Amino acid sequence: MAQIRIESVRKEFGAFTAVQSSSFTIEDGEFFMLLGPSGCGKTTTLRMMAGLELPTSGEIYIDGEEVGMKPASQRDIAFVFQMFALYPHMNVGKNISYPLLSQGMPKAQVKEKVDEVAQILGITDILKKPVGGLSGGDRQRVALGRAIVRNPKAFFMDEPLGALDAEFREHMSEELRALHDRMGATTVYVTHDQLEAMQMGDKIVVMNHGVVEQFGVPQDIYDWPATMFVASFIGSPAMNFLNFHGIVGTGTTAVKLAESEIKVPEQLGGARGDLVLGVRPEHVHLDDSADYRGEVTATEYLGTTQIVTLNTPHGEIKARIPSSTRAEVGENTGLRFDERTITVFEMEKGRALLSAANQGVLNHG
Amino acid sequence: MSFSVTEPSIRTKWFAGTAVVLYAVITILPLMWIIATGFKSPADSIAYPPKVVFEPTLEGYVNLFTQRTRLNQDDLDALPPPETWYDEMVREQGQVITGRSRYGERFMNSIFIGFGSTFLCMVLGTAAAYAFSRFRVPLKNDLLFFILSTRMMPPIAVAIPIFLMFRQLGLNDTHLGMILLYTAVNLSLSVWLLKGFIDEIPVEYEEAALIDGYTRFQAFYKVVLPQAATGIASTAIFCLIFAWNEYAFAVLLTSGTAQTAPPFIPTIIGVGGKDWPAVAAGATIFLVPVMVFTILLRKHLLRGITFGAVRK
Repeated sequence: MAQIRIESVRKEFGAFTAVQSSSFTIEDGEFFMLLGPSGCGKTTTLRMMAGLELPTSGEIYIDGEEVGMKPASQRDIAFVFQMFALYPHMNVGKNISYPLLSQGMPKAQVKEKVDEVAQILGITDILKKPVGGLSGGDRQRVALGRAIVRNPKAFFMDEPLGALDAEFREHMSEELRALHDRMGATTVYVTHDQLEAMQMGDKIVVMNHGVVEQFGVPQDIYDWPATMFVASFIGSPAMNFLNFHGIVGTGTTAVKLAESEIKVPEQLGGARGDLVLGVRPEHVHLDDSADYRGEVTATEYLGTTQIVTLNTPHGEIKARIPSSTRAEVGENTGLRFDERTITVFEMEKGRALLSAANQGVLNHG
Repeated sequence: MSFSVTEPSIRTKWFAGTAVVLYAVITILPLMWIIATGFKSPADSIAYPPKVVFEPTLEGYVNLFTQRTRLNQDDLDALPPPETWYDEMVREQGQVITGRSRYGERFMNSIFIGFGSTFLCMVLGTAAAYAFSRFRVPLKNDLLFFILSTRMMPPIAVAIPIFLMFRQLGLNDTHLGMILLYTAVNLSLSVWLLKGFIDEIPVEYEEAALIDGYTRFQAFYKVVLPQAATGIASTAIFCLIFAWNEYAFAVLLTSGTAQTAPPFIPTIIGVGGKDWPAVAAGATIFLVPVMVFTILLRKHLLRGITFGAVRK
């Protein structure tokens, strides 16, 4: 159980910078997600926390202690690898007991602990089996068993569900979350799957090109993305971007797109030039009375909802609307946006402008 | 993808079977010849046409391990009766045993030098291969190429410099010298082979061990070594076979104390006429250690040959 703090940590591999001075804090007992596309530095960040890589600069605190240069074996943490990394020359029980043996724990106590963990994970009957023939789910459980058996300060998991079948992932992710709630230990989980991150995480850090783009609870990150990258990476379909040229200043409550006035949350900063209006597909409504118009180019039926693609003077947008609403290809229709959910971005920097709606999230993020 | 594996037809199976048997016969025949010759009498061993069925005798083996001298019949009759079966066997040829031959000693030299250099080669090779595989070694590729380049010419090409070097260092005709020499020759092979094997072992196993509270060295010998056992075994066989069979350097650099079996065996011929059975017996015994070693490690050897061929 521990709080983990990362302070301006930086990692370079030769000329390549994998992580650029990242800082964030993981509270005690949190299920914390490191989310980003492949190559964004999330795994490197995790490996630095675990001690498998040494940071080029910056500090890492686990439980208040600076561990940046400490070897992994002295950090008292557990790591679940993507391919599980079960020792192939040992059976299940031996695998689980291995972290305890390094501490020189008496045999009887080791056996007791292993049995207890096997009980929790429901793998008591396979303890004597070699790890070679196990199914993906059992491998996963053994890997978890090896992690939880020694009550570490924190769990680090590197895409632990990545090697499982799609149908099994769902089940395993629930099991993982339930296990975390039961143990209450700080968990850091790396994934590139935004759905997994939203589903399981208490908090999410979104990384891209080695930079922390945003850090917060899933709902805040979804509703109030700090950057255009976060807006497009999270949510499926992604947030719509309408590029326009204009000015916003403090107190602006509407922007002009073509001939239409679009209401936005009250702006608290100013910017001029190339701006972007960001709106989630579910906040776009087909409303013939609205004067901002678009032409339906495609519809995608998803059961209770449908995704309608429309062409507007400012680019293509997608709307998620109930299947009961009629939308036909070629139809010209009015579009109404939920004003309170709109984010205005500065095109060049890709950053969200502060508004009355998102200031609570962006000011502390 | 539409690959399918079909059961080979009966004809194909027969053809393949016949080819394998034929190949086995061709390769095993000389071996059988040598083993059989070892149990023949000198007359049978040079009989023409060669005798396939013969009365087996241990004369060759007795001659191999003994030094004898020829006596005339009167002197022989004057001796007290032979004490052992091999005394008797030698007397029947009109000879008496005057002492032990040096074959046993030479054979033990071979064992000591062969296994010693193989062991040293494995220790150094595994350590070097692990470092090259896992760490950021400066000039890694140049060093690896340099190590490989030591194998690019036949080792005997540097025989004269080595001979002079050994003379200066006092390594001529010493066990240490031969072990060092064979290790040096085999090291490039073992580093390259073992690096391939260790590269195939996912680094996550060691990382898991590091996280589990083990030091880098513990992770190496508790997790990497058991995984690399297959590679180490097959590499060891290659190294042993080279060191065991090596002839040219052994002739050049050894004569007395450290002489190995290969240069010694041909010298048997000179003792009391062409004693082919004794030569064959020497060769047969010489075959045994490598055969035993290979049979012991054959599981690893097979897995080693196909290692990395199948991506999991």
